[in-house]
Amino acid sequence: MKLWKSWVIASKDFSVFRKKKSIIYSVIIIPLLMSIILPFIISSSGLKSGSITIGEFTALLNAFSFFFVILAASLTTVIASYSLLGEKVEKSIEPLLATPTTDEEILLGKSFAAFLPPIASIYVGLVIFMVLIDKLTYSSLGYFYYPNWNIAIIILLVAPLAAILSVELGVILSSRVNDVRAAQQLGQLVIIPFFGIYILGEIGYISLGINSMLLISAMLLVIDVILFYISTITFRREEIITKWK
Amino acid sequence: MIDVENLTKKFDDVTAVDGVTFHVDEGEVFGFLGPNGAGKTTTVRMLSCLISKTSGDARIAGYDIDNTADSLKIRKIIGLVPDNVGLYEELSAYKNLDFYGKLYECNKTQRKENIEHFLRMLGLWDKRDVAAGAFSKGMKQKIAIARALIHEPKILFLDEPTVNLDPESSKMVREFILELKKENKTIFLNTHNLDEAQKICDKIGILNTKLMATGSPKELEESVWGSKTVIQLEQVNEMILDALDKLSLNSIINDDNKLTIDVVNPEKENPAIVAAIVRAGGHVQYVTELSPTLEDVYLKFVR
Repeated sequence: MKLWKSWVIASKDFSVFRKKKSIIYSVIIIPLLMSIILPFIISSSGLKSGSITIGEFTALLNAFSFFFVILAASLTTVIASYSLLGEKVEKSIEPLLATPTTDEEILLGKSFAAFLPPIASIYVGLVIFMVLIDKLTYSSLGYFYYPNWNIAIIILLVAPLAAILSVELGVILSSRVNDVRAAQQLGQLVIIPFFGIYILGEIGYISLGINSMLLISAMLLVIDVILFYISTITFRREEIITKWK
Repeated sequence: MIDVENLTKKFDDVTAVDGVTFHVDEGEVFGFLGPNGAGKTTTVRMLSCLISKTSGDARIAGYDIDNTADSLKIRKIIGLVPDNVGLYEELSAYKNLDFYGKLYECNKTQRKENIEHFLRMLGLWDKRDVAAGAFSKGMKQKIAIARALIHEPKILFLDEPTVNLDPESSKMVREFILELKKENKTIFLNTHNLDEAQKICDKIGILNTKLMATGSPKELEESVWGSKTVIQLEQVNEMILDALDKLSLNSIINDDNKLTIDVVNPEKENPAIVAAIVRAGGHVQYVTELSPTLEDVYLKFVR
């Protein structure tokens, strides 16, 4: 496998994305807005007035940081659907498959293209989020809440695994639908379980601490492995040419 | 260069290509003629290693299409222009070609030179930085052909390259194919444009799931009915018909003083026919050869 070919494919997709305002807006603006809005919501949560305890406050922070996992899953779906289905809709998949490039190189290139921009954007958003949280809560907490192990697990495990799940789901959806928007809308269903976890964390039903994050990571890893197997079966030259609708 | 033996492709219970056998020499332009659904695109896709065969054998420049290692080598030495051009509409003509040049493993210098060469040759060099989406169908088709040639392939597969093009663009594409022929490229052309096949192809295969006939355009035309001679007379009478009967000709049709006569060897038989008519008192107004067209051949095999 020639990794540089996957990178050529990903770079081409990045060039295409740069011309698509809808992709630029969703990938850059949404994480940026979240990274600014969430800290200000938290800062007005009542810690200073003493209406919530420090324990409740940190639980709220953990829940809010999990919001970036939802973004990772959601934004990756948007790009994965465009990256794969766009080729299909614009009929550019056949000349691409006719090049001396393996299915694995193409799939990896498409995965890079769908995975890297949202993850990079979310990482930037998380850095802004952490800096603002620390700035706004230092006087109340007496210490910098971030960085901590919880956010490290989100950055290094949960968000990337959630994004990989979305890429794989994008591959599978691209083989079944004909319309980029339909794929993106269907792909958004991926956020429902993440949103459920977020809500449960927000209302204090579950703790979104380190143990929960590790458990979620393990579950995502298992799901990713299963979906990887299905997506590699789906992404075969002959399947794409003859069976992708 | 292309050797196909009993090649078959089935999609579940449907046979798309049924036991096709043909051979294309290096530098030859081979035309695949057939109606929609005849299996032309499926054959090209099998030969381009995009889909697998069900049975039979095919080799491209000695490489087996069914061998995984060979399939990458085949894709390196072929260029494919599919029936849908499939350009990246947001990217410029130059960037489209550069992307494919990289995937075909051309070095930077080769990419630069070939992109300039083909864009100049196709009259698009001045528009190299224009997004492909802004081009007309004909221009897009030209870029698609340049894309297939960027790595200087030995064999070029063209799937309906002039379909949906206006006459001027079609002519330009045909002339470009003839230019490539001069460069000794082996060209496999799928078309249902009989005129195009006749003008461009050295050899033609008529496909209707099965390969119904192969040969040069002339060979195929002659296979329909051989030669016919048409003689327009001022007046056809019994004496003339009796004189022609004595020549033991295969078939004579008289239609409004126009005789259509089947001949085996026109150069030898035509003078004898004309002499017999004149001796019988006939006044010959003109003599012409009636040749079957590729259309006659096509209709004979696909109906």
